[in-house]
Amino acid sequence: MTLPEIIQFVIDLLAVLLLALGIKGLSKVKSARDANRLAAFAMSLSVVGLLSYYLGTSGIAIQSWIWIIIGSIIGSLFGAILAKKVPMTSMPETVALFNGCGGMSSLLVALGVAIFPISSSSLINQVSISVSIFVGAITFTGSIVAMAKLQGWLSTPGWTQSKVRHFVNIVFAVASLIAFFDLINGNISSIWLLVIVSSLLGIGVTLPIGGADMPVVISLLNSYSGIAAAAAGFVVNSQLLIIAGAMVGAAGLILTQVMCKGMNRSLVSVLFGGSLSAQSTASSSSGEYTNITSCSVEECALTLEAANKVIIVPGYGLAVAQAQHTLREVTKKLEQNGIEVVYAIHPVAGRMPGHMNVLLAEADVPYEQLKEMDIVNPDFPATDVVLVLGANDVVNPQAKNDSSSPLYGMPVLDVQEARTVFVIKRGMSAGYSGIKNDLFDLPNTSMVFGDAKKVLNDLIGELKDLGVGEK
Amino acid sequence: MTFINLLWVLLLGSLLGLELIGKVPPTLHTPLMSGANAISGITMLAALTCIVKAEGNLPLLIIGSVSLGFALFNVVGGFFVTDRMLAMFSRKPSNKK
Repeated sequence: MTLPEIIQFVIDLLAVLLLALGIKGLSKVKSARDANRLAAFAMSLSVVGLLSYYLGTSGIAIQSWIWIIIGSIIGSLFGAILAKKVPMTSMPETVALFNGCGGMSSLLVALGVAIFPISSSSLINQVSISVSIFVGAITFTGSIVAMAKLQGWLSTPGWTQSKVRHFVNIVFAVASLIAFFDLINGNISSIWLLVIVSSLLGIGVTLPIGGADMPVVISLLNSYSGIAAAAAGFVVNSQLLIIAGAMVGAAGLILTQVMCKGMNRSLVSVLFGGSLSAQSTASSSSGEYTNITSCSVEECALTLEAANKVIIVPGYGLAVAQAQHTLREVTKKLEQNGIEVVYAIHPVAGRMPGHMNVLLAEADVPYEQLKEMDIVNPDFPATDVVLVLGANDVVNPQAKNDSSSPLYGMPVLDVQEARTVFVIKRGMSAGYSGIKNDLFDLPNTSMVFGDAKKVLNDLIGELKDLGVGEK
Repeated sequence: MTFINLLWVLLLGSLLGLELIGKVPPTLHTPLMSGANAISGITMLAALTCIVKAEGNLPLLIIGSVSLGFALFNVVGGFFVTDRMLAMFSRKPSNKK
């Protein structure tokens, strides 16, 4: 081994170690922030390692430096700006976009190396290039579709809920296999076919998936981008790339599994089952509401004033209405009146697991008031008022009582055990799953119709009139 | 590095990844996903290699540079956004009123 090789080896080793520690630390609340910085440091270290190796051996041409700097500045700048500007509510979309770009990067490297070989091309080289393009393209288009769907730019087209989609996707998959082997055989022109059909496959697979399942898909695509990176590692012969890619790929897979469990969905049904509402229309569980009680904000305020213990169940609707800050004002008033306030966080509240925690933390809700489902569930019978804000499926008692329901078995918050439940909702539309919510029919449930933010603002006014929180 | 050695690296790296994430509190799913996502931008090394080895081949330089841009967009944006999320958690326990 020459000196530059040794230096790069040592730096790579250190980078891998720090990356592993980073991923490990990210799975604990206490160490997460430092771990993230550690991982960022490890990444910059790996760049230093690579550049120092080339400086010590072949040298780096001025022209190369120019292109390195151009690419780095533009990429970093846009990344940093987006990361600073994007509102916390659109976090899932942002992760999807970043992820797609990672996939695009792997795709481009493989494409470049395939068209202009930098080393003698071997069979292994061809295979890694093909894998990198295939996975990279799927990651890119899949992530972009996921982002567009989460942003609401794209809805689920009707045909994608029929069996036709399986046929279409099989055609894409077969076509990419053909292009794949043709490329390995040395037919370089089929590379474009591979790029196109694998891109289409990414779109075709992601498009039918319903909004509720999107987090799982993003997590899976995240895992893919790791695989794409590992494949790119084979293309340029870099161990570090392979290790880091493999780690992200495997960790992403585990995370996907954990998320699926939290939503009581299997990965297979997420990927091939279509959206949940499509399945449920056939089942008996969809029906008419018979016993809806609606009430005014004033009544809600009166009940709240008389309560001792209030549990808030925030859901995605709260995030959409951007009402978390208004909610915080309401709870502040209640707390000043000596009312105990707790937030019940369902594992998949918000649009992604943990997303709701981030949103509430942003609104300055004390961390100790956020209670996870298993901890808060026994508290409901001793609770006077539950406020359900933009949550729906996660408080549906059907998941416990009705074995024919598609939701059956999903862990839910037992809000119906409380004395009074107020559901603040825009209208009677169903939740993500498209399933009727039995909670709304219960005698102790009252609906307060309206936009979450507006209702909460009115609530503040009413509470003020009652003199709550004035002392 | 022979191909077989690289395969070993792939295998061990995957096993490491599987082991690293055992129990993750749901609170951290989104930040973890976003952090892991930033790490997957490690393809920037491949893009760099591409540019360095291009030897004046302009199309390859451009492809490499664009690829580097995409990768760094992923890396820089990913780490920043993760930090923003995590900052909200870590602030809470330390500054109770």
